Amino acid sequence: MNPILLAVLSVAAIGAVCAVLLVAASKLMYVRVDERVAQIRDTLPGANCGACGFTGCDGYSKALADGDAETNLCVPGGDAVSREISGILGVGYKDVLEMVAAVRCGGAPDVRGDKMEYDGITTCAAAKMYYGGAASCQYGCIGYGDCAAQCPTGAICIEDGIARVNLKLCAGCGMCARVCPNNLIWIHDDTITTLMICSSHDKGADTRRKCSAGCIACRKCEHECPVGAISMDNNLAVIDYSVCIGCGRCAEVCTTKCMKIALFTNKARIDATKAAK
Amino acid sequence: MLKLVSVLMAAVLVNNYVLRQFLGICPFLGVSKDLKNAAGMSVAVVFVMALATAVTYPIQVYLLVPNGMGYLQTVVFILVIAALVQLVEIALKKYAPALYTALGVYLPLITTNCAVLGVTIANIDAGYDFLTSMVNSVGSGLGFLLAMVIFSGVRGRIEYSDPPEAFKGLPIALVAAAILSLSFFGFNGIVENLFPGV
Repeated sequence: MNPILLAVLSVAAIGAVCAVLLVAASKLMYVRVDERVAQIRDTLPGANCGACGFTGCDGYSKALADGDAETNLCVPGGDAVSREISGILGVGYKDVLEMVAAVRCGGAPDVRGDKMEYDGITTCAAAKMYYGGAASCQYGCIGYGDCAAQCPTGAICIEDGIARVNLKLCAGCGMCARVCPNNLIWIHDDTITTLMICSSHDKGADTRRKCSAGCIACRKCEHECPVGAISMDNNLAVIDYSVCIGCGRCAEVCTTKCMKIALFTNKARIDATKAAK
Repeated sequence: MLKLVSVLMAAVLVNNYVLRQFLGICPFLGVSKDLKNAAGMSVAVVFVMALATAVTYPIQVYLLVPNGMGYLQTVVFILVIAALVQLVEIALKKYAPALYTALGVYLPLITTNCAVLGVTIANIDAGYDFLTSMVNSVGSGLGFLLAMVIFSGVRGRIEYSDPPEAFKGLPIALVAAAILSLSFFGFNGIVENLFPGV
């Protein structure tokens, strides 16, 4: 036989055998795919932030289709996405609890003291490894913006050397909170009315020496609180939000003004919660 | 037996596919950014290399050579390996969905990995029998795993280093890869000296 013809025919034959095998395999081992997964996946914002508690948007859509998840877990998507998912799955709509990030440190470079001049790699993770960064307070914001680099919506940025959150842009996904080496970022919901903007567990006198915006554990807020929601945990005022009625008197009396009134609040929900209490 | 051990050691250390023969460089640079991905990709490569050899060796010996078509080796091997990986993917999706998700995009990517084609052709060129070919393939896969794991560690350190602006990203990774490759030249002659006369 002509060698060229032989070569062409044999390669064609091997190709055909492979094709038949593949077709047979795809028929025999066909896996039924829930088309709702793809539908839900298209609805989700695709930030893969993990705020829902699943491994990205793919994981969440699969869990939804399997009936393993609530429809109101997508924080960046908000109520609109929750409504669409409920429509696809044919289940009752649930309101999404709006979330937002808060940086629990007010120690910008102009109010805090520094223990050294840091000239290393300008990321918080690297600075944290080197004696906790330049600031004398080991609990505070290092200020190189690891959080800002993570933010998918550009809501968090470094301003005057400290991380600040733009509440209008923040989707509450929590990606910033996961990279902050000092765990300063707290993702809270829209029923929070007062916030402690300090994370220092140093003794009052130490804190005062290091930073003029830190909690010095003077207990004024604790005495002022009409419902006893505030307690001192290791030299830091902590609010028990299951008791707090959101009167804001703690913020008024705070010596160093580190107790603050939250700007991101849902008035209707707060009133409902208050009535329930 | 000693021969098999020497082939295995040669495949892992001396003839390391990535660092000595410069095959399979794309995943070496593309997926070596973190250890988990690097290891996942490498395990898939070990698996596919072994499987590809098991299938292509009989094709070469019993189909191509007797009919005087040895020159079709490359074409036929590419065809068969691509079909094979697709087949494996379908089977995994059905019977081992967890493994399918874990391997993810890497399995189809390996279809076009030159290291896989390289090892199947190298086995034929070296004149190995079937068992030795299999050992050589698994060894080559393990060598790939070793290179990937080491390099993912190196890249983890590069993340925290501060190279000049022009070197940031891929250039400094290539420089590191070159140094790693140089260090593997230190294994030259180790097999001949460990197993003299094999």
